[in-house]
Amino acid sequence: MDSRRITNTVMTTLTAICALGVVGILVLIIGYIAIQGISSLSLAFLIETPKPVGEGGGIGNAIVGSLILLSLAAAVGIPLGIAIGTYLSELGDGWFGTTVRFVADSMIGIPSIVFGVFVYALVVLKQGYFSTLAGSLALALIMIPIVTRTTEEIVRLVPKSMREGALALGAPEWRVTWDIVLPAARAGIATGAMLAVARVLGETAPLLFTAFGSRFYNIYLDEPMASMPVQIYNYAISPFEEWHAKAWAATLVLITLILVINIVVRYTTRRNY
Amino acid sequence: MSKISVTDLDFFYGKVQALHNISIEIPQNEVIAFIGPSGCGKSTFLRTLNRMNDTIPNTRADGTILIDGANINDPKTDVVALRRKVGMVFQKSNPFPKSIFDNVAYGIQINGIHSDKADLAVRVEKALTDAALWNEVKDRLNTSAFGLSGGQQQRLCIARALAVQPEVILMDEPASALDPMATQKIEELVVELKSQYTIVIVTHNMQQAARVSDKTAFFMLGKLVEYNPTDKMFTNPNEKLTEDYITGRFG
Repeated sequence: MDSRRITNTVMTTLTAICALGVVGILVLIIGYIAIQGISSLSLAFLIETPKPVGEGGGIGNAIVGSLILLSLAAAVGIPLGIAIGTYLSELGDGWFGTTVRFVADSMIGIPSIVFGVFVYALVVLKQGYFSTLAGSLALALIMIPIVTRTTEEIVRLVPKSMREGALALGAPEWRVTWDIVLPAARAGIATGAMLAVARVLGETAPLLFTAFGSRFYNIYLDEPMASMPVQIYNYAISPFEEWHAKAWAATLVLITLILVINIVVRYTTRRNY
Repeated sequence: MSKISVTDLDFFYGKVQALHNISIEIPQNEVIAFIGPSGCGKSTFLRTLNRMNDTIPNTRADGTILIDGANINDPKTDVVALRRKVGMVFQKSNPFPKSIFDNVAYGIQINGIHSDKADLAVRVEKALTDAALWNEVKDRLNTSAFGLSGGQQQRLCIARALAVQPEVILMDEPASALDPMATQKIEELVVELKSQYTIVIVTHNMQQAARVSDKTAFFMLGKLVEYNPTDKMFTNPNEKLTEDYITGRFG
């Protein structure tokens, strides 16, 4: 073999090994969680509220709590993020756009606990109690910059020729954005939203200061709310073997939930044309 | 009276002047070809006729462009209404990520031309028929426009432009990315459409200009060098520069 072929083979093999390594680590992590958690997993675990050691108990209220917290946060964070990202891509070339972009980039880099403390100081202390709304607000603040930046990048990728095609038909700018550009970028925007969802679904720190946690089923937005990461945290820091197993099982449920949401979103937003 | 009457048009990209003092009269129901070497300003000029250059920052056009007697270069011009009247077909076909039907229907819908759903379908069929595409796509109207061949996509873009019932159609090298068969179809289409529309076509292909156009304008370095009936341009041009370009001595 000549040297070009040898180089080609070596490089291909190296990149393949790197790819396998990354996927392998992921499989290891998920596999380990599954093995550790599967024994404690049961229908009762998914439905019941936490109970004292030795009496069973589960994460039913935490699952519901996480879904409520996430839904509220997503209902605010995703549309707002998409709107800001679209603005930055379509109109944000001036100093204002540059400033907003800088702020969004900075916000992505802020540790999530800071958002928790921020909302704690601004909302929880003022109101005098922990609440679901405060938790959702903290999560929404984390989501907004992530959705903003991914949306901007994706919307920028829509070819100029497509926009010009619509403008040339007599479409006003806002309709070009709404009818042509955003649908063309739909799959990418959904991916960005999913990144944000997956991120906040696993957040513990900001919730400790805001939604706090609860041992009961709750649907009231002005009361403390259980969530899966906080429940995992509580189970994991306990001195009891039984609770450690529950923490693993809850982690498995959390990962599965993120996976399911991911698949559903991808399936519903895939390109039709 | 001319359909389009341009007087002393200058155009700037920032500080760079791309068009110098262009004056030209474009009569109704004729095909006008713009020829010239790359970068001579013919596409820039074409895009001033529907204010498409507005989308490029830091550009400026000075001079008057009368279409049906109204100066469209006036800042107060309603560009949305202008672009409905002056349609455009681009060099690279640019269908929307929608179905074939929706691609053609889009312009009709945003301009509210149709009366009801049935009328919309009739108009889409007519536009596709006029663009000589109907027979090829009538059984797959709800499939993606990206599934069409390059030539079909370009005719779809023509159908899309025709659907909003423009009066003028601007074509920016519409066949430059197509094979000879597809090119021939587009050229036949241009000649057919002449009876209903005024067509301005930019082309790099001299034979194409000779085949389809009634008048030809030769641009160079942002100036209009010569504008004459196509027969005369290709047999006995006034300017030495035109003759040199057409015979391939440069450019």
